[in-house]
Amino acid sequence: MSYDALIIGAGHNGLVAACYLARAGLKVCVVEKNNWIGGAAVSRELYPGFTYSNCSYVSSLFRPEIMRDLELSKHGLQILPYEGGAMFTESGGYLGMFRDHDANRREMARHSKRDAEAYDRYARDILRHCRFIRPLLMRRPPDPASFRPRDLAELAWLGKQMFDLSEMAMYDMIRFWTMSIADYLDEYFENPVVKAYQAVGSIIGTALGPMSPGTAYVLLHHAMGDVDGNVGAWGYARGGMGSITKALAASLRAAGGQIRAGVAVEQVLVRNGRAVGVALANGDEIRASRVVSNMDVRRTFLRHVAEKELPGDFVKRVKAFKTRGSSGKLNIALDGLPRFTALPEGAPNVKGDMHFTDSIEKMEAAYDDWKDGRFSREPFQDVMIPTLIDPTMTPPGKHFMSCFVQYAPPKIEGRDWTDADRDAFGRACLDQIERAAPGFKNLVLHVEVRTPRELEAEVGLTEGNIFQGELTFDQLLFNRPVPGYADYRSPVRDLWICGSSTHPGGGVMGAPGRNAAAEILRDMKLPAKDMSDAYAVL
Amino acid sequence: MNALTHYETPLLQTPFHARTSAANKMHSWGPWAGYASVLTYEDLAMEHSSIRNAASVYDLCPMVKYRIEGPEAMAFLNRLTVRNVAKLSVGGVQYTVWCDDAGHLIDDGTLFRMSPDRFRLCCQERHLPWLLDSAYGFDVAIREETEEVAALSLQGPTSASVLAAAGSDVTGLKPFRMADFAFVGGEVTISRTGFTGDLGYELWTVPELALPLWDHLFAAGAQHGLRPIGSDALNIARLEAGFIITGYDFTPAPQCVREDRLRSPVEMGLGWLIDWEKGHFTGRRALLRAKPKWAFVGLEVDGNIGAEGAILYHDQKTEVGMITGACWSPTLKKSIALAQVQAAHAAGGNLWAEIYALRELHYAKMMMRARVVDRPFFQTDRRRATPPARF
Amino acid sequence: MPMPSFDALIIGAGPNGLAAAHRLQSAGRKVLLLEAGVPGGGAAACVPLAEGFAPQPLAHLSLNLDPRVAHGVELARHGLRWAAPDLATTALSPTGGHLRLDGPAGAALQGAVSEADRAAWAALRARLMRFAAVLTPLRQMPPPRLARGAGNPMLKLAMVGLKARMMGKAEFRELLRMFLTNVHDALNDELTDPLLKGALAFDATLGTWLAPRSPNSLLLWLDRLSGGVGGVQGAIGLPAGGMGALASTMVAAVQAKGVSLRSNARVARVLVEGDRAAGVVLDSGEEIRAPLVVSSLSPKATLLGLVGSRHLDAGLITRARHLKARGGAAKLHLALRGLPDFRGADPKTRLVIAPSEEAVERAFNPVKYGQVPEAPVMEIILPSAFEPGHAPAGQHVLSAIVQYAPHAPKDPEVARAVLLEASLRQLEAHAPGLRSLILKADMLMPYDIEARWGLPGGNWHGGELSVEQMLFLRPLPGLAQYATPVEGLWLASVGCHPGGGISGSAGWNAAGAIMGVGK
Repeated sequence: MSYDALIIGAGHNGLVAACYLARAGLKVCVVEKNNWIGGAAVSRELYPGFTYSNCSYVSSLFRPEIMRDLELSKHGLQILPYEGGAMFTESGGYLGMFRDHDANRREMARHSKRDAEAYDRYARDILRHCRFIRPLLMRRPPDPASFRPRDLAELAWLGKQMFDLSEMAMYDMIRFWTMSIADYLDEYFENPVVKAYQAVGSIIGTALGPMSPGTAYVLLHHAMGDVDGNVGAWGYARGGMGSITKALAASLRAAGGQIRAGVAVEQVLVRNGRAVGVALANGDEIRASRVVSNMDVRRTFLRHVAEKELPGDFVKRVKAFKTRGSSGKLNIALDGLPRFTALPEGAPNVKGDMHFTDSIEKMEAAYDDWKDGRFSREPFQDVMIPTLIDPTMTPPGKHFMSCFVQYAPPKIEGRDWTDADRDAFGRACLDQIERAAPGFKNLVLHVEVRTPRELEAEVGLTEGNIFQGELTFDQLLFNRPVPGYADYRSPVRDLWICGSSTHPGGGVMGAPGRNAAAEILRDMKLPAKDMSDAYAVL
Repeated sequence: MNALTHYETPLLQTPFHARTSAANKMHSWGPWAGYASVLTYEDLAMEHSSIRNAASVYDLCPMVKYRIEGPEAMAFLNRLTVRNVAKLSVGGVQYTVWCDDAGHLIDDGTLFRMSPDRFRLCCQERHLPWLLDSAYGFDVAIREETEEVAALSLQGPTSASVLAAAGSDVTGLKPFRMADFAFVGGEVTISRTGFTGDLGYELWTVPELALPLWDHLFAAGAQHGLRPIGSDALNIARLEAGFIITGYDFTPAPQCVREDRLRSPVEMGLGWLIDWEKGHFTGRRALLRAKPKWAFVGLEVDGNIGAEGAILYHDQKTEVGMITGACWSPTLKKSIALAQVQAAHAAGGNLWAEIYALRELHYAKMMMRARVVDRPFFQTDRRRATPPARF
Repeated sequence: MPMPSFDALIIGAGPNGLAAAHRLQSAGRKVLLLEAGVPGGGAAACVPLAEGFAPQPLAHLSLNLDPRVAHGVELARHGLRWAAPDLATTALSPTGGHLRLDGPAGAALQGAVSEADRAAWAALRARLMRFAAVLTPLRQMPPPRLARGAGNPMLKLAMVGLKARMMGKAEFRELLRMFLTNVHDALNDELTDPLLKGALAFDATLGTWLAPRSPNSLLLWLDRLSGGVGGVQGAIGLPAGGMGALASTMVAAVQAKGVSLRSNARVARVLVEGDRAAGVVLDSGEEIRAPLVVSSLSPKATLLGLVGSRHLDAGLITRARHLKARGGAAKLHLALRGLPDFRGADPKTRLVIAPSEEAVERAFNPVKYGQVPEAPVMEIILPSAFEPGHAPAGQHVLSAIVQYAPHAPKDPEVARAVLLEASLRQLEAHAPGLRSLILKADMLMPYDIEARWGLPGGNWHGGELSVEQMLFLRPLPGLAQYATPVEGLWLASVGCHPGGGISGSAGWNAAGAIMGVGK
C-alpha cells in the first residue's frame, strides 16, 4: 500500500492540506498518534454530558475560502458569532463590550469620554493594517536572498503593496509592526481599563508582555480574521472547536482520503535524500511518495527525522526556533451559570470574553513571572462561556467555561511541571474567577487543567506553544520557520511541512495547510482543483 | 450615564422623544449618531412641501456639540479650522471645516460664538480626541455637551411668523446671527441658520425645556402650516440647497480606511472657506502644496429617475466619478445630484450617469446626460431677506 | 554697537550643534552658536562633584565619534588625545572570577570561559561586527524617505544593499532574521557563560529603554557596534582629560573656524514670520534674526517648546508629544578618598557589573512600573586611575552608568535615595570597603539629567532609540531628513537620525542636508 501523500498529524492544517491534495486526485492518508483527531482544534467529553473545546476555543482566523472550497458547512460546520465581553476591574466595576457601535461608545464613555471618541480612529488604523496583511496570508513568502524569478516577482509584489500606501501610511505601518501594544495604545487612549481591554489580543499565546516591542503585531494577528466579513470579530464553532476538524475529516473522506488515528509515527523514512514514507512506533511502515508533516518544525526535524539527513545549519536553526509556551487552559463543567456581580442582571457581556486584569501593568507583571520561570501569581485570563450561545455542548442549564490563561512557562524554574504545580496553577485561576463571581467554585463539577506540559504531551506542541512557534519578526514571513525554508519545503526532498510553524503562523487559520498543499501541487505540476483564489480585499 | 441602558436601550432617545414618537405615525426610525431619529413621520411629500411652503420642525439633538471656552479659544479655533474666526463676532455663526495635517477633511460644522471666549461647535461626527490634541499649547477648555443641549430646526417660509406667534420677535435677526429669548423661566437661543437653504431658524435650549418648547411651537405654528419632518424630507431640501453631509458626500479622514477616498476642502468645493492670510492652521502647508485631484459638483441629470449612487462616465466610456447624493427635486421638478468627479471634469461636458432603476424586480439601466450646474440648485430671496417678509 | 548679522543661528553648543556650526561655517555661512549654559555642552557638559575634583560629564566614554566630524573639525590638530583609545572591559564577578574583554568589542577574552563559548563568541562577534559594518553607512547620511521620487541617495542605498547581499546568501538571511530579534535569544542561541552573557547583554541595551528579552533589541547592539574610535570599529575610548576635554576641543576647533559663540544665551522661542523661521528670541527678550535656524536641542523640546502649536499642525504636535523619551539610565558620581579594589580587577578598564543576562532583565522589570531595581547593573570607569587631573592626588573619581532607573517615579526624591543605596550595595559587593572611601556621592536620576542637560525624560538619545524611532522614523515620520515644516528651521539633535552618543553625526548630516549635499 503506497500513498501519494502521507500527512502526519490530524490537526486542522494537516487535514486542510490533505483535503486539497485529495481533491486534486492524490491518494492521501493522514496518520494521527492520538485515538482522537483534531490536534488543538478538538472537542472532547471529559465529563459525562459536557463537551469541551479542550485547546483552542474561539474561531476567527479560519479562512472562509477554505470553508467554501472544502464544503465544510455541508459537512456540519457552523461558526457562530458571539456578543459581549467585559474587563472586570479590581474596584468592582467593569468595562463592557457591545456589538453596537454607539452602545459600545457610550460604555467606553463611562470610563473616558475622550477614549470613547478615540475608538473610531483606532479601529480605522487596525483595519488598515488588516487590509495590508490579509492578502499576504495565502501566499508563499518570497526568499529575499534568492534571485529566482518567482521570488523576485513576489518581492516586487510586496514592494508594490507597500508603495501603494501613502508615505505617512507606510511609516505608520512600520511603526505599528515594531511597537509594543502598550506604547501603541498610549497614542490613542488614556484610560487604563480601556487600554487593558484593547491589549488582550496582543499577548494571547505569546511569550511577551504588552510592553514588549512586537506585541502590536500579535494584536493584528488576532484581529485580521473575521466572522461573516466582520473583521476582528470572533465566534464559536457549534459543538466546540472539534467541529472544525470533524468537518474537515468528513470532507477528506468524501474526497477519498483516509485518516488513521492511534497511529504514532516514529521516523520519517528517507532514502537517497528523499522521503519515502514513515516508520510507525509499532514497527510498521507506510510508504508514500511524499510526506507532509503537520507537527511543529522542532518536533518534525529534531525527533522524527534522522539528523544525518539534514544539513547542520538547518538543524541548528530548527533547534533555535523559538517555541516557548506561555499559556495554559482550564476547561470547567459548571452546574449553573456563575453570577459576575459587577455586571447588571441580564447584561449580555457574559456571552463574550471576560478578563480580570484591568491594566497593562498588571498584564506585564504577569509576564515578569513567566520570565522568571513561574506561572503568573495573578494570571491573565480569557474566560468564555460558549454554552450561552451554543447550548448543545452541555445538558440544559449546565455550562461549559473555557479559561485561557497566561502566563504559564514551559518549565517551572528550569524543571518539569509537577501535578502539584499544575493544581496550584489551576487554583490561582479559579480563585481569580471566584473573586469576580462569588459562589462560582460551588458550581464547578469538573476541571481540566492544561499547562504547557499537557499541551505538549497530548497534542505534541513543543513546549506547549499554541502557535507552533512564537510570532516575533525573526520568525515571521520569510523567516518562518527557517530562513530559506519558508516555502513549506524542507532539506529532504518530498518532505514537506504544513503546520502553524510555517507562514502565516498559528491560530486555527488553515492557511499554512492550504499554502503547503498549493506548493505541493505546483511542485507536481498538478492543477489545484477546488482551490479558489483568496477573496479580494475591497 | 447608567450602564444598564447600553443593552436595554441600544439607541438613545432625544429630549423630544415623547413628542416625536407620538407624531411618528409610520414608526419610521433610523439610527443617527446613537439616537433614534425619525425618517418620515407621516408622508414624505407633505413633509418636504412644508419646508418650502410653510414651516417644518426637525429634531436636531443628535448633532454632536462641543463647548470651547477660554482666553485662547479664538486662537485655538483659528488653528483648528480653515476660516478666520477673528471675523466671527459675538452672536455670530460660521459654517466651517477642519482638516488633518495632510489637508484632508475631518468634518464640517457650524461654529457659534456665544461670547468673546466661548464657542460652540456643532458637527456630524465625534472629535473629542482631535479637539483636545489640537488644544495642546492653548489656554482653552473643551467639553462634549451633546446631551446638555436640546435643539430643533424650524425651517420654511412661515418660520419667522411661527416664532412671532410664539412670542419671539426675530425680525431683526440676520442670517448667521443668533439671539437669546426668555422662555418659561429659562432661555432659548435662536440662530438664523439651517440646512434647507430657505428661511429658517435653529432653536437651542436645555433638555428640561424641550417638551414645553415643542408644545409651545406647535401651538403657535398651527396657523402657519407647521409640521414635524423627518430626515428623508430634510435630505431632499438639503440637496436642493446643495449642502453636503459628512459621511455621505465625503468620508471623514479619521474614519477613512482607504486612502484614495480622502478629500481636501478644495476637492469638496469648499476652497472658498480657506483664509490663507490668517496665519497657520492645521493642514495649511499640505493644502498649499496639494494639487486637487477631485472636484465636487452639482449636476442636473436628464430624465426623471433619481441618480443616487450612480457612477459617472466621460463620453459614456471612462469612469470619472460618482454621485454621492441625488433626488428628484419636487421644488425644481428636475433630477439633481451632488457628485465627486475627477478634477479634469469639474467643468462637466460629456458627462453621463449610469442609473439603475429597480422596476418590478428588473433593473432598468440607463445612461443619462449629467450637466454641471451652479449650486445651490434652489435659490430663494427668503433665505437672506431681513426682516423676513410674510412669505 | 549694531548686532552683526548672521546667516545661521544654531541653538545648543553640544557635539551636534558644534558639528553643524563647523560644517556650515566652513561652507561660507556666517554662524552664531547660542548656548544656554557654557559651550561644549550637550551630554559632554560637566556637573561639579566635590571640592578639588573635576566636574563630571554625563557621557563618560566615547563610542561613536563620527570620523567625518573628527577629521572635518580637525580634533587631533586642536589637541584631542586619548587616555585610552581602545578600552578593555572587565566583567566583574562578585567572587573575583572576572572576565576581561580586550580589543574592540571584546575581540579577545580572558578568564574562565569554556572553549566552546570562546569559539561561539568569536563567531557571534564577527557576525555582529559584519552586520554592524553593513549598517554603518546609513549613519552617515540623512535617512531615505519611503516615497517614489523623493530624491533619495539611491546609489548609496544600493551600495548598502549590495554590501549586505555580498556577505553571501546565508549571512544575508541571518541579517534579515536577526535584524529584529532580541539580545536574549541571540546570546542564548550561542553562549552559556552567565558573566559573559551578562556583560554583553548590558552593553547591548545600554542607554535604551529595552531589556535583553525585548524584541528588536539586537538592532541597538548593532548600532552600538557600528561606532568606534579612530577608525577602529567597536572600540571605546577615554579621551585625555575626560569627555569634557573632547567637548572643549570641539569648541576650540569651532571657534578657530570663525563661528561666533554666545554663552548664557537661552533661546526662548523660534521667531516665525510668514511661515518661515526668521530668528530666535532669547529668554532675555532679545531678538536675533537670521534666515536659517538650526536646533540641536531635542526635537521634542524644539517642536513643543521653541516653535509651539501655533506654527505647527495638530497632528505633528501630537506625534511630538507621543515621541517616546524614557530615560532608563542614571549616572552615579563618587568622590573617593582612595582607589577602590574590585577584587583585583584592572582599574584601567571599563568595569561592568552585570552578573548575568537575567540580572540585566530583572533590573529592568521594576522600571516598567516606575520603581527602582534592587540590584542595578552598571558600567564603571575610574578616570583618575588613567591619568592625573581628575581628583586630588591619591584620591579618585568613580563614574558609573546605572541601569535601570525610572524616569518618572511617584516620589523622585525617594527613588533617587533608593537607587543610590542599591547601587552602593552593588558596588560594595564587588569592591569591599568602597563605601568607606566615599567623600561625596551624587546620583543623577533621569529626571535630574532632564533638568541639567535638557534631554526629555533624561533619555540620552533625546528620544528613545528603538526601531519605531529609528532611521526614517526618527525623530518622527516626515521629519527624518532634518528639515521641519517651518521653512528655514532645521533639526540637528541626538533626537534625530542616527541618535545619541558624542558623535556629532546628526549635526554633520543636518548641515549637509541644509547645504543640499547630494542633491
